[in-house]
Amino acid sequence: MKTLIALIPALPMISFLILVLFSGKLSRKVAGWIGAGSIGIAAVLTVIVSVDLISALPEIKSYQITLWQWMSVGNLSADISFRLDSLSLVFCFVITFVGFLIHSYSIGFMDKDEGIIRFFAYMNLFVSSMLILVLADNILLVYLGWEGVGLCSYLLIGFWYKEPENGTAARKAFIITRIGDTAMIIGIFILFLSFGTFNIQDIMHLASAKWVAGSSIATITAVLLLGGALGKSAQVPLQTWLPDAMAGPSPVSALIHAATMVTAGVYLIARTNVLFSLAPIVQGFIAGIGALTLLIAGFSALTQHDLKRILAYSTISQIGYMFLALGVGAYSAAIFHFMIHAFFKALLFLAAGVVILVLNEEHDIFKMGGLRKKMPAVFWTFLIGSASLSALPLVTAGFYSKDAILWFALSSTSGGVVLWIAGIVGAFLTALYSFRMIFIAFFGEAKTQPSFQAGYLMTIPLVVLAVFSLFGGFIELPASLGNFHLFSNLINQSLPVVGIKNVEHLEWLFQLISSLIALSGIYLAYLFYYKKPVFIDSFNHSKIHHFFEIGFGFDKVYDILIVRPVVWLAEIDKKDFIDQINISISNMALIGNEVLSIAQNGKLRWYLLTFAFGIAVILTYMMTK
Amino acid sequence: MILIYLILILLAGALLAWISGNLNHVLPRVITLVTLIVDLVWLIIYLLQTVAFSNKWLIDVQHHWILQFGIGVHFALDGLSLLMLLLTFFLGIISVLISWKEINSRVGFFHFNLLLILAGIVGVFLSLDLFLFYFFWELMLVPMYFLIGIWGHENRTKAAYKFFLYTQASGLLMFISILALYFVHGNSTGIYTFDYIQLLGTHMSASTGLLIMSGFLAAFLVKLPVVPLHNWLPDAHTEAPTAGSLILAALLLKTGAYGLLRFIVPLFPIASSSFAPIGMILGVIGILYGAKLAFAQTDLKRLIAYTSVSHMGFVILGVFSFNELAYQGVVIQMIAHGISTGALFIMAGQLSERIHTRDINKMGGLWEKAPFMGAIGLIFSMASLGLPGLGNFIAELLILLGAFKSNVLMSVLACIGLIAATLYSLRILQKVFYGVKNTDWKMNDLSIREKTIAVSLVIVIAGLGFYPQPVFNIAKPALLKTLDEHNEKTQLNSENLKVETDLKSKLYFYK
Repeated sequence: MKTLIALIPALPMISFLILVLFSGKLSRKVAGWIGAGSIGIAAVLTVIVSVDLISALPEIKSYQITLWQWMSVGNLSADISFRLDSLSLVFCFVITFVGFLIHSYSIGFMDKDEGIIRFFAYMNLFVSSMLILVLADNILLVYLGWEGVGLCSYLLIGFWYKEPENGTAARKAFIITRIGDTAMIIGIFILFLSFGTFNIQDIMHLASAKWVAGSSIATITAVLLLGGALGKSAQVPLQTWLPDAMAGPSPVSALIHAATMVTAGVYLIARTNVLFSLAPIVQGFIAGIGALTLLIAGFSALTQHDLKRILAYSTISQIGYMFLALGVGAYSAAIFHFMIHAFFKALLFLAAGVVILVLNEEHDIFKMGGLRKKMPAVFWTFLIGSASLSALPLVTAGFYSKDAILWFALSSTSGGVVLWIAGIVGAFLTALYSFRMIFIAFFGEAKTQPSFQAGYLMTIPLVVLAVFSLFGGFIELPASLGNFHLFSNLINQSLPVVGIKNVEHLEWLFQLISSLIALSGIYLAYLFYYKKPVFIDSFNHSKIHHFFEIGFGFDKVYDILIVRPVVWLAEIDKKDFIDQINISISNMALIGNEVLSIAQNGKLRWYLLTFAFGIAVILTYMMTK
Repeated sequence: MILIYLILILLAGALLAWISGNLNHVLPRVITLVTLIVDLVWLIIYLLQTVAFSNKWLIDVQHHWILQFGIGVHFALDGLSLLMLLLTFFLGIISVLISWKEINSRVGFFHFNLLLILAGIVGVFLSLDLFLFYFFWELMLVPMYFLIGIWGHENRTKAAYKFFLYTQASGLLMFISILALYFVHGNSTGIYTFDYIQLLGTHMSASTGLLIMSGFLAAFLVKLPVVPLHNWLPDAHTEAPTAGSLILAALLLKTGAYGLLRFIVPLFPIASSSFAPIGMILGVIGILYGAKLAFAQTDLKRLIAYTSVSHMGFVILGVFSFNELAYQGVVIQMIAHGISTGALFIMAGQLSERIHTRDINKMGGLWEKAPFMGAIGLIFSMASLGLPGLGNFIAELLILLGAFKSNVLMSVLACIGLIAATLYSLRILQKVFYGVKNTDWKMNDLSIREKTIAVSLVIVIAGLGFYPQPVFNIAKPALLKTLDEHNEKTQLNSENLKVETDLKSKLYFYK
């Protein structure tokens, strides 16, 4: 069983190596099947291991396997070793399962692309790195996976490298996340120098034993780790890279920039939850950032024209919900929403990918319209995805996962009314922008004609994901509706249980409110974007609309405060002023040479004259003395 | 005797290569290649036979030379010098291979110089007699001057002068210090000797120690190089032929780092400790200023040259952190930087061979033409920015951790270098391989020979990233010995100081 765990990340890595080494000799189809097949096998292995581990719970909480000693210097030692517990299990399942669907879809989607082998190589490397990230048993190995996924994200955003804008978006993503990562590695330094180990479990035990809650060292370390999480998970203030990251192919957006990599920050915080419980201020801060992010991104999503940018802002906003849940200590709710979000957001991105592909790279929803009849399969699955995203009550999985977060935002011992209101406003915005997409792109008159129909390779993954987006929520039902806790029981094997205030009897009331909010959002979308668009005409041309559209102006501020100064600093001293000192010394020597060689002119008259002048000077000097 | 033979083989090969250059162009290349392979294989066989690495010298060869002045022929090998030798021979072979098509004039003399430089480098890594060390230190210099001055690019003469002046002047300062050390030791013990082992425990006052150390420091810090003594480097690296840039970056700079570890730390334990804060600051300045300059360059070779300044900043930071983590990091950094920056210089050379420019503004979109070269460029740019899984990450991680132990602020500032490295590395990739084609260059992807070179370098850098333990094991005894000696002396010194001040306060009391 243990060797199987090592095989899960190893399979995509092997497939990556095959694709790289034999890139010249493989046919495009074979490359696609190798790429997708390796993830498929990894998904099957994950299921086998899951069944084994779940049946062994709660006596055995984790499996562990060490492959080899990575390094051992002095008291520092780190191994290439994996640890599978229920938290990493959920992540593994989502990565391999959703990953497999997206890879299969990509065989169809990238069919005509000349770089298809390169594409699958990068995608496989990504999946392998992501699996290493969630399976690593020491934080240094987490960091290896962490940087690995960052690299793949960079490579895949800039996959169509001939467009300079894609390169800019790719670099932006890499650099912004690297800023967060640098904070994170400093945090890792502090952890190692405090506890003498990189092993996450040991660090957590030692931290709760040695560090006092609220102490400054715990707070600083938590803040530094949070920096890494904010960058990767695109939370305020490091969120600006994600909307631009949509420059990559749609399957990349689905897998990396929606379903898996951007939730790495959620994983990190959940994994190191002990540290954050030792730094209550930071944990409160996480909830605040989550609330702020979900609102900012929600408003921005409402005003975008580009289908993929709407989904990107939506992703930022939904991860904001997960951070909100983490911040109030509702870990299982955060992870539950991560999983359901992976289903419906992957679905939405893949469906959007079909739309964009079929409409010949048309991204603007206002130039689409009437797609409901032209592509029914895409319409129905997209509708299900949007309904799940909007948390349509009772029938969608998104309702159960988001409702749990909203409930804990209020009822958790560290929750409160303000957080709940932010969540509710966000839920309203979510329903509004989701159905804005539906009504504008799929209803009304057709403005662009589809050029062809998508094949089964692309539609089957949509259908599978749609099924999960509807029914995936039934593994965790709230106390007021069935009281079924399969998922949280599993997650609570490795993460702490949230503490709740004594308000449980009111849960139905707040569920009712959030349901009504979601429904009213959908109704208003119908009203504003289908029935009576004139209602919001003035809003569409207002300054506030523009402000939302540019993502609250973060890019502009960073441009003025950071980008321009850095470029200026690089330009101002391009030639290295220290070198100029060198050059001026050698120039002085040359000038001295020129000046003195004027005297060396070969004219006897001149020599005699200066000679006489010299004697005169000396004699005068001697006489005056 | 193997140590002397290693050098003699190189010298003999050098002469043979020069002479054979009169016959044809292939013979000198083959002779040089064979010479280096013989040395490398011999060393590896030796390494395989030596199972345990202890804190004693693995090989120690000692002969009299000029008895009257206490000058001897003293070579010795420990784990540190062994690793450096392996790197030297490996990259020596690579530098022959990359010059195969590039160098077509005075081929014999070129390879003569190449082997002579390598002999000088090997000598530097092995000498334990300061006079002999100085001899080899100077031996590296002259053939390198020729290499740049004869086979270099447009501004080669100026660059060669600059290189010569900087290293020669700093080398002379070191020679004065060697003589000073010789006399200080002679005066206090009556034994006048240049032997490193005997000079190790030389007693000197704090100010004398600082003064003598500064001469050594001058030579090593110029070689490394440290800001603000770095200006010879961009010019020399840019103007040298590819093999010259490779040897400069990958090997010559390492003699400076080696000098710090082998001479500065053990010979001047107290002085080097008191210099440590300044050393660490210089390291951080180098990291950040080098990266900043790299980011602004448009000449590809010059850009890579400035990244060397930045990466060598980590070495200084590590050396003056005085702990095992940092020292192991320094050793890995020496090897990983040699490989990764060497690979980037090779790539720059291959590019300018094909499109006859080093200006990155004239490149762009080259991935389409040369995907293999692009992939190699990608890997080594990632190495340069410290991506985990590649050797440079291990090095920088250990150095930063070690530095964090001794000086939190300096380590955190150095971490900013990681972000700066991201900026310039991604800029290389974008300007060269991605984006729009500025000119529709006709160029081929890498040839079989070039692919072999590239792949062998990739294997080494990835091996260092995922399994660096063998290197740690080889270097450990030597590094621990250096550190132990250093710590012992500094502790003794602080105890002495304490006794002294106690005495003084007592005397004061009795007055």
